[in-house]
Amino acid sequence: MEYDKIKMTEKEYSEYVEGKAKKSPLFKNIAFAFVTGGFICIIGQIISNICISYDIEAKDASTISVVSLIFLGAFLTSINLYSKIGKYAGAGSVIPITGFSNSIVAPAIEYKSEGYILGLGSNMFKIAGPVLVYSIFSSFIVGFIYWLILLVK
Amino acid sequence: MLMEYLKVFITGGIICSIGQVLIDKTKLTPARILVIFVVLGVIFTAIGIYKPIVDFGKAGATVPISGFGYSLANGVMEAVKEKGFMGIFTGGVTATSAGITAAIVFGYLGALVAKPKVK
Amino acid sequence: MKIGKQTIKLQNTPKILETSSAVGPKEGSGPLGIYFDIKCSDVFYGEKTFEKAETMFMKSAIDNLLYKLNLKDDKIDYIFAGDLLNQCIATGYCMRELQIPFFGLYGACSTFVESLILSSLFVNSGYGDKVIAAASSHYCSAERQFRLPLEHGNQKSPTAQYTVTGCGAALVVPHSFGKKVPSVTYVTPGRIIDMGIKDMSNMGAAMAPAAFDTIITHLKDTERTPEYYDAIITGDLGKEGTDILIDLCRDYGVDISKVHRDCGKEIFNLNDRDVNAGGSGCGCIATVFSSFFYQELKEKRLNKILLVATGALMSPISIGQGESIPSIAHAIAIENEV
Repeated sequence: MEYDKIKMTEKEYSEYVEGKAKKSPLFKNIAFAFVTGGFICIIGQIISNICISYDIEAKDASTISVVSLIFLGAFLTSINLYSKIGKYAGAGSVIPITGFSNSIVAPAIEYKSEGYILGLGSNMFKIAGPVLVYSIFSSFIVGFIYWLILLVK
Repeated sequence: MLMEYLKVFITGGIICSIGQVLIDKTKLTPARILVIFVVLGVIFTAIGIYKPIVDFGKAGATVPISGFGYSLANGVMEAVKEKGFMGIFTGGVTATSAGITAAIVFGYLGALVAKPKVK
Repeated sequence: MKIGKQTIKLQNTPKILETSSAVGPKEGSGPLGIYFDIKCSDVFYGEKTFEKAETMFMKSAIDNLLYKLNLKDDKIDYIFAGDLLNQCIATGYCMRELQIPFFGLYGACSTFVESLILSSLFVNSGYGDKVIAAASSHYCSAERQFRLPLEHGNQKSPTAQYTVTGCGAALVVPHSFGKKVPSVTYVTPGRIIDMGIKDMSNMGAAMAPAAFDTIITHLKDTERTPEYYDAIITGDLGKEGTDILIDLCRDYGVDISKVHRDCGKEIFNLNDRDVNAGGSGCGCIATVFSSFFYQELKEKRLNKILLVATGALMSPISIGQGESIPSIAHAIAIENEV
């Protein structure tokens, strides 16, 4: 749109704003994300190793580790601690599987006031829903292509 | 053993750092970033380049959400090998069933007991 | 009487007889803490939901206003009020308790000045002699509606702002109601300006062009310069928006830098990591004017101010559909009688 007083075009304004906007401290954020993410992964590895030392099969050990981390993420969210970690850790708290369970518990807490079925129940997957939809859909496509390849062989 | 944990730390750290660059440099929201990572996990596993990362970094590659894609892709490919066509439908979700159930159960319980608070 | 392009001169110069403010804990412990009337240490105000809490903040601000004036709600002619929530439910449910004929308004963060303008025009035209203007916002209810859940472990951008929890209310009366209180002289309603910004975490950049358009229009219509005013006060442009506004004015040949102030920059400590670029929300300008700036006017440390509230009129749906953020700014000139 053109306005009589502003002499910039929308594109020029956009570039001007980009130049002015305070930038996130990228290297500081990367450092925090790296350390937090790495640390959460180490917790997962420790759990897995403990299971293996009790003669649990590697595949089951991995499952136990994943389930434990999902529990950890949900627990830390329910005691209002995960958001405090996320403020500093950024991607280090979003990317690990703990971030997945955080994204399920967080909206559910807020919508509890609208009831358990329609409030809590339908908002649990507000953020995590797309993750399930697109990952399962893409695994379907992978499976289909793989099946075709096996057919041809 | 220390070497093992160091590899885990570095692999997990690098994957999360890539996510951080996306958060800071693009306008992508957390939900979109999670979708990108998990779908890339599926695709990279299918074309065979994620397995070496898992072999090197272990939990550093399976704990990030891309690891969920890794489990899905492996699950579906194994099921297709064993059961043929039906495997396309059953393989992925079966392999990740524990994770999905845990997410729903702990998610629900966590939300039940929690009280909303301000930052 | 209309003058110039958009401005109305209020020839009967109605007066702002009294104001009242109720804020949450973060605002109460901020740099302007001592100026607020009611500071609740519980962001929920004892209620079970965010929305009910916001209703309570508004009710206590208005009740306190009536208490200060020793008036009951049935003596008030009209009330113009609004908030950020869908269908303005915080305001609507508050008005359910107060039996005052009510005009609900939505101007996003510009609502307070919009309601003050309409209240002043009503009194100026003789339609009422006690008209209240009020607006509120609440951090939790705003985050829930516009952004991500509170407990989600996400990181905010440095240009993002922190919605103020609080309500500000003001009573407008005819000029003849005596006392030496500030008068409303001119009002300049704004028009929607959209420079194509789509980033919801940089609202300052989206709203600055609207503030610029209204301020320049006001100055041209009234034939005043920025130096006429002791302060040109914007609601919530924050750090980014303020810099952009001053640049836009300077490019046009007008320098407002010496008199410009922003409520969003003053209500919180800008070094607080959660606050980023400053405070925002209807409650920002409503509470800061209804406490700090009103007192400055009454004690004559400021004598002539131009209050400019900006609002970003998008919704999560329009943002999801890829639309940009249309903004508006309303201005009201409030001056002490000479």
